[in-house]
Order: sequence, then structure tokens, then C-alpha cells
Amino acid sequence: MQEATGPSRVHPVYPFRKPADLDGRERHYPVCVVGAGPVGLAAAIDLRLRGADVLLVDEDDTVSAGSRLICLAKRTLEILARLGVGPELAAKGVVWNRGKVFHGEELVYAFDLLPEEGHRWPAFINIQQYYVEEYLVDRARSLGVDLRWKTRLVGTEDLGDGVRVRVSTPAGGYSFTCDWLLACDGVRSTVRDGMDLRFRGRSFPDRFLIADVRMKAAFPAERRFWFDPPFHAGRSALLHKQPDDIWRIDLQLGPDADPDEEARPERVLPRIRAMIGPDTPFDLEWVSVYTFRCRRLERFRHGRTFFLGDAAHQVSPFGARGGNGGIQDADNLAWKLAETIAGRAGAALLDSYEAERIPAADENILNSSRSTDFMTPVVGAAEAFRDAALSLSRRHAFARSFVNSGRLSTPALLAGSPLSTPDCADFEGPMRQGAAAADAPFGDGWWLDRLDGGFALLHFTGRDGQPPAGPGEAALHCAKPDGLLASRYDGRPGTTWLFRPDQHVAARWRSFDPALVGAAVDRARGRS
Amino acid sequence: MNRADDIFAALVEAHRELDEAESRRLDARLILLLANEVGDGDRVLALIREARADGAGSVQSTGTPGKGDGG
Repeated sequence: MQEATGPSRVHPVYPFRKPADLDGRERHYPVCVVGAGPVGLAAAIDLRLRGADVLLVDEDDTVSAGSRLICLAKRTLEILARLGVGPELAAKGVVWNRGKVFHGEELVYAFDLLPEEGHRWPAFINIQQYYVEEYLVDRARSLGVDLRWKTRLVGTEDLGDGVRVRVSTPAGGYSFTCDWLLACDGVRSTVRDGMDLRFRGRSFPDRFLIADVRMKAAFPAERRFWFDPPFHAGRSALLHKQPDDIWRIDLQLGPDADPDEEARPERVLPRIRAMIGPDTPFDLEWVSVYTFRCRRLERFRHGRTFFLGDAAHQVSPFGARGGNGGIQDADNLAWKLAETIAGRAGAALLDSYEAERIPAADENILNSSRSTDFMTPVVGAAEAFRDAALSLSRRHAFARSFVNSGRLSTPALLAGSPLSTPDCADFEGPMRQGAAAADAPFGDGWWLDRLDGGFALLHFTGRDGQPPAGPGEAALHCAKPDGLLASRYDGRPGTTWLFRPDQHVAARWRSFDPALVGAAVDRARGRS
Repeated sequence: MNRADDIFAALVEAHRELDEAESRRLDARLILLLANEVGDGDRVLALIREARADGAGSVQSTGTPGKGDGG
């Protein structure tokens, strides 16, 4: 029996290089991103792909220590594929669409998150955060993002038309100014603390243990969740498969657990042993003990400083809404900032970041709070209803819908966005105004691969098969009004959809009118 | 409501010799079963509000239990 702790993999180290800024002359940069986690890297890459010069500073010189983010949802995979790291994620990640929920030793129910064919990406890919960061760092470097490691943010100063940033490095400190500052520096954001901004929301009393365990195990690639399992009585447990024979285990510890004590290997190892059985050798790679918090900043924009990801909002991990929500923040802001820098946007465009992403954060907070409440009920009515849902769900299918082991991340629906042109016709099917575009086979590839960064039109042709004249600057894609794409977009002859640079629906019509398209593009740029 | 007295007696009888926690779980199971019979989620939510409003006058009308903090 092997039981040892410590990482099996040597993470890359990104060396600190002395920047010219140390000469004492204060330089100016258009955009500074703070924090080279998945969100900061995604924002920097997206901005760079859209032509902006980006400075990215990070206090560390390597990638994330543990698996952390782990579950990349379909929408995140679509965004990261657009940013250019899809092949790496597909090659390394563990694909899963199915999950199982157990109560005690019994299977309560199983679910399939992607029951239909015709999508490039699965419901989820599991992959350690350090791999995601490594692929994104390589991509950012190849695109010419100015990456500065071992560069710790000391403070910021609002200059009205810009921000002054002070940093410290192993070779000394310096300051610079920038037009826009993106705080992607995580839940303990130094930008946020320096500006004396506070989170508001809830803390949950229960403590949870997260462990990365290396072992050869025969569990399938599916999400497994237990209420009150025999190996961890009275609490909950979660198991996820990751690449490299690493398994992610989450164990509820209760409100009285001592976090320092519970992180010690002599406390962790017996818990893992009880879960996986006596015969499977394993190594402990990484352990973290934490409490759940569901909180956010009141505003995500303060002058020329924007907050993204965990720096802006924090959710409990069941549902995979933290990292996936953060990536959608970056996806939402990058094109708006690039359009603004290029002089093509009205002031309302940057304001729409909050109008769209605060409701999205609230949806994530609501869902993860409810999941946490279900898993960690206070004694009394909450516990009674939880137990009732679990016990009924063995024989009554309806009761399974009450069982909440995490409502898994879905793309934000930007309902009521100021950038959307209201419908003037009825549409059938699942696509909504403000939704992220649904994928489908297209030509010899995938529809979403065509939505590669600009405004785009999808037009379903009539009997003559002719493309419409005068599409303006939006890239025009024509499709026949039959097949999977047409069924997902209610594509009748003449039906036309306008997509934003982040692949969300901006407008849709039953016929093509260049003047209406032009007005909708203007509106989506915050110019009307 | 037909068979009202039978239902009332059966409800009381169902709780006989149960301790408080068991009683609570029985009620919870019954409520979920009845909610499913009602079927319409909006109607169920309205009935929950109705039950709450009919209770003690001092209760708050909205909000989920739990502690807030300014963290």
C-alpha cells in the first residue's frame, strides 16, 4: 500500500525578466490584466486576438498547484476553442456527460447533460487547472502578450482617464499607467482590497475537504455524488476523474472541523482509504480544506477598473460555476473593450458588462447557494425536506428533481440585454434572444468555428439559394433551411440571425434587411 | 372537501408514536407528494405563501433563512 503526499508532476516555471520599466521612467500601456489564472489569461488572449496590446502581471512564476477549476463546461470549451487551445484541451481532458447520484449505497438517479448529438464539445471536460493555465500561457506568449511574472500588484490609483499601477518585483518596484485595468486576481484580489471594496453575500458553516488522489481505479468517467455514503456517514462526497490517473475527491466535513487539522495527511488518508477500499494503492497529490462562500462585489466596474472571475464574485464549487462563470466574464468583456479601444463603440457598450454579467453572477450564486443549502441543511425543516426528497426519489421519479447535488454550469442567457434588438417575430425552438449560439455541424466542420471573433450573420436561403445583398461588415454565412442547424435556429427561408463577437445572439429576423442589420450592429456596439 | 374528517384523523394517526424528527420527515414526504399532485409549480409556490401568511403574524414574508455576512 502506497500512501505518500506530494506532486508527481513538475510544473513549468516562468522566469522573471527585468523589464525596461525599472529605469524609473513611467510608461503607459493600453490594457493591464492582473492575474495569470484562467480568467486573466483568457481575457489577455481574447484582447490580443482582437488587436489590443496587453500587459499581464502575476505575482507567481508558475501554474496552479492543484486541480481547482477541474470541470470545464461546454460553453467554456467553446470559448477556449475560439481562443486557440481547443486541440490541447481535447487531447488531454477527460470527457464526461453523465452523472450519478447515490443515497447511502443506492443509486438514486443518473443524468445525461448532453443527450443530443451534433455538438463539437461535450457537456464537460475534466482537466487540472494547471494544464489549462499552461496551455493558455503558451498561447498568450505566442500571440505577443507582455507576460510579467513575479510582479506583485502593490496598489492602484484612479487617474480619471486611466489607472496608475504600482508593482513590486525581485529586482525592485516600478509604476506605470494604463487606460484600462482588468482585475483577474482571484478571490483574494489585491486590486479589490487596495480599492477597499468588499464582497457581500453568505458564508456557509460547513467545511469541505478537496483532494487530488493518484490511483489506478476502474470508476467510469462520470460525476459521482453521494449523500450519506457508507464510507462517509452522514455527509456528502463527490468523485471526478481527471487525466493522468488523478481523481478529485470532495468530502463534506461538517461545521466543527478544524481546517488545519483536517488538511494533515494522517487525517486525510483514512478518509480516502474508506472511500476507495482497502486494496487500491494511491498517492495524495494535493489537499485543500475550505468553507463555501457565495458573495460578490456590488459593482464589477469602478471607473477604468473592471473585476472579473473570483475577484468579482465567489461561489461554492458544486455546480462548477466559479471558473466557468469567470471565463464567461472574460468572453463578455474582451470584445467590448477591444471595440472601445478601436473607437467603434458607444459608452453604453462597456456599461453593458455589468448589465450582463451581474445577473449571470447572481444566477450562479443563487444556484450554488441552493445546492449548498440542500447538501448542508440546518437541522429541522431543511433537513426533513432534504431527507424526504432523497427517500422518495427511490420510488418516485418526480422527487429526483428536488435532489440537488449541484446544478451544473450552463451558459448565461443575456435576457433583456441593452445590446439586444427585441424580436419582432415569433421563433420556435430552444434558441433565445441573448443566448450563446448553439453549435451544429456546418460544412465540413462546426458552426461555432465560423463565429471566430467578429459580428456574424447566419442567413437561411430561399428556394433560389441566393445570398442576400449588402450584409455590411458582419461576416455572412448562408445555410439551407433544412438540417440540424436549421432546426436549432428555426431556420425558415429568409430567417437571419445576427451574432455578437462573443457568439451571443444580438438580433434575429424572418427576412434579411441590411438597414435593420446595420441598426442592430450599432445597438450591439452601444451606439444607439 | 370530501372525507375531511377521515383525512384529518388519518393525518393525526400517521404521526402517532413518531418522535419530532420522524414526524417532520413524514410531513415533508407528504408535502412533496402533494406538491407533485398539484403539478403546477406556480400554484405550489402560491400555496406556500398562503400557508406562511396564515401563520404567526410576526413572520417575515420573504427571504430565505441563512446568515448574511459582509465578509
